[in-house]
Amino acid sequence: MRANNKSDAAAARAVPASARVDWSTSGLTFALRLLSSGPLLILMVLLVVLSFLSPYFLTGRNLSNILAQTAVISVVAMGQHLVILTRGIDLSVGSNLALASVVGALSFHAGASAPVVILVMLASGAAVGSINGLVYVYGRLPHPFIITLATLSIAKGLALELAGGRAIPGMPPAIQALGREAIWGLPGSVFVVAGVAALMLVMTRTMVWGRWFYAVGGRPDAALRMGIPVRGVLVSAYVISGACAGVGAVLLAGRTDAGSPLFGNLLELDTIAAVIIGGASFLGGRGHLGHALIGAIMIGVIRNALNLMNVDSFFQLIVIGVVIVIAVESDVLRSHLESRVRVLRAGQSS
Amino acid sequence: MSTTVETSLHPTSRPVLSVRNATKRFGSVLALNDISLDVRRGEIVALLGDNGAGKSTLVKCISGVHHLDVGEIMLDGIHTPIRSPGDARFAGIETVYQDLALFDNLTPSQNFFAGRERSFPAWLPRELRFLNQRRMDDETAALLATLKVTLPRLDAVVAMMSGGQRQAIAVARTAMFASKVVILDEPTAALGQRESRQVLDLVARLRDQNNAVILITHNMEHVTELADRAVVLRQGRKVGEIAPSNDNRQEIVSMIVGA
Repeated sequence: MRANNKSDAAAARAVPASARVDWSTSGLTFALRLLSSGPLLILMVLLVVLSFLSPYFLTGRNLSNILAQTAVISVVAMGQHLVILTRGIDLSVGSNLALASVVGALSFHAGASAPVVILVMLASGAAVGSINGLVYVYGRLPHPFIITLATLSIAKGLALELAGGRAIPGMPPAIQALGREAIWGLPGSVFVVAGVAALMLVMTRTMVWGRWFYAVGGRPDAALRMGIPVRGVLVSAYVISGACAGVGAVLLAGRTDAGSPLFGNLLELDTIAAVIIGGASFLGGRGHLGHALIGAIMIGVIRNALNLMNVDSFFQLIVIGVVIVIAVESDVLRSHLESRVRVLRAGQSS
Repeated sequence: MSTTVETSLHPTSRPVLSVRNATKRFGSVLALNDISLDVRRGEIVALLGDNGAGKSTLVKCISGVHHLDVGEIMLDGIHTPIRSPGDARFAGIETVYQDLALFDNLTPSQNFFAGRERSFPAWLPRELRFLNQRRMDDETAALLATLKVTLPRLDAVVAMMSGGQRQAIAVARTAMFASKVVILDEPTAALGQRESRQVLDLVARLRDQNNAVILITHNMEHVTELADRAVVLRQGRKVGEIAPSNDNRQEIVSMIVGA
């Protein structure tokens, strides 16, 4: 081969260059590492500060309360995190949850047993999700914003229509148990959250399908050229997000012993906020389950703390909004720092 | 004006890739006009032409991104319809795209195997199988060592790597899977001299692995150094085919610009 000697020399030169310590690069990488572990750090600091501010905060009863209150957000946020991973957004989760709870309550009153009621709620959620995914992909929409906004309205209207505008009381005892009864001092819903998290962890971290979410979110056009079934991956993200809303419906219906068209109000805000606050990237392809869970718990903790400090719920909305802005800004800062590192590395190696 | 030297250069070997009478129209624009091209194993063919001459369109038709309106693509003498990038890769044609098609959020080995992950057990549908990440990491490290590509870290995402390193990853990815043809669309366009050198060495290694290599470039020095033949396109037509050397460089340039 013609140029072999030259390349050997080049390779030999390249090694010391990359091994050289450069302080500006390591400073930047440290900042990057801090940013990526930021949400967990903030959550820890929050817990410590709050335990000093309110003697009631760190009691077992209050913590169990927080977990029960964040269970619904956590489950739905896990679905939302898959969608955001593919550069999408699912605005319909709240209405989807409401519709699923109403359909579940109606099926219960029509004589369905607890397992069937659960299946009905999951199927209702997944069905709305599949409409989102299929219309987005095969309708060639530029962004899922529009279709999930449409299904937000459609599912809400359908739920109100079916329920006659009111909550439908009554859920099978087994579902009520899932919603509130405690095992080892923990609310039953925590175990549902853990189960869903385990399933999703296996899928996203160890399966080929899960890897494709990252590829599609990272570079959709490249994923297509690498032979990844991009459309199928996208549709599956919305179906799973819908199914998670169905699980959320089971938990909320169990806790309140009812199905209601008014459930899940602003749940899209809470779940999107959870994913972003937790540290996943709105730009797609970055994030994992932990982000969704940390973010959901953080929202739960902030709400709980504001309640304990007698801050009214209107102000809570403002706080959550401000936290979202900070989280998105730190995401932007992270990608900016990364490109700085890249430029510096390129400078080093040439 | 068309000069055919292929038979004299390679009297014995059969082309692994033959494009016959390729024609492609975008609306009223005739992007490819009756182009035929043969490439053999172990040779590098430079595809030359001015902007808009049809080079990228031609290679995109070969790699399955576009489809020919008229004409056919033969692999090892067999008519092979290529309807998607997946078809092309399955047939043994690998492409290094101008934009590299790398996933910034994935590591080099995850990039290498994107869409072709090593996984188990085989009886499950592909998407439900479990990733064999260690095997993919090992194969990646071994391949990079053979190709003498040094990367700062194999567990860092590609976003953090320099232009030359990213280019090297994109080229090395084709070396992992190509069994017949490798297409490179301006692989050195955005690189400095030293990084270009490394990529050109990689291109030579792809040829030495007995692949047929199609190289799109604007750099005439690279053409004369590496290419066994140069095929010149102008306004969608093939206007010449020549064995490039330092002596006929001027001739090639005038073919490109049509002077």
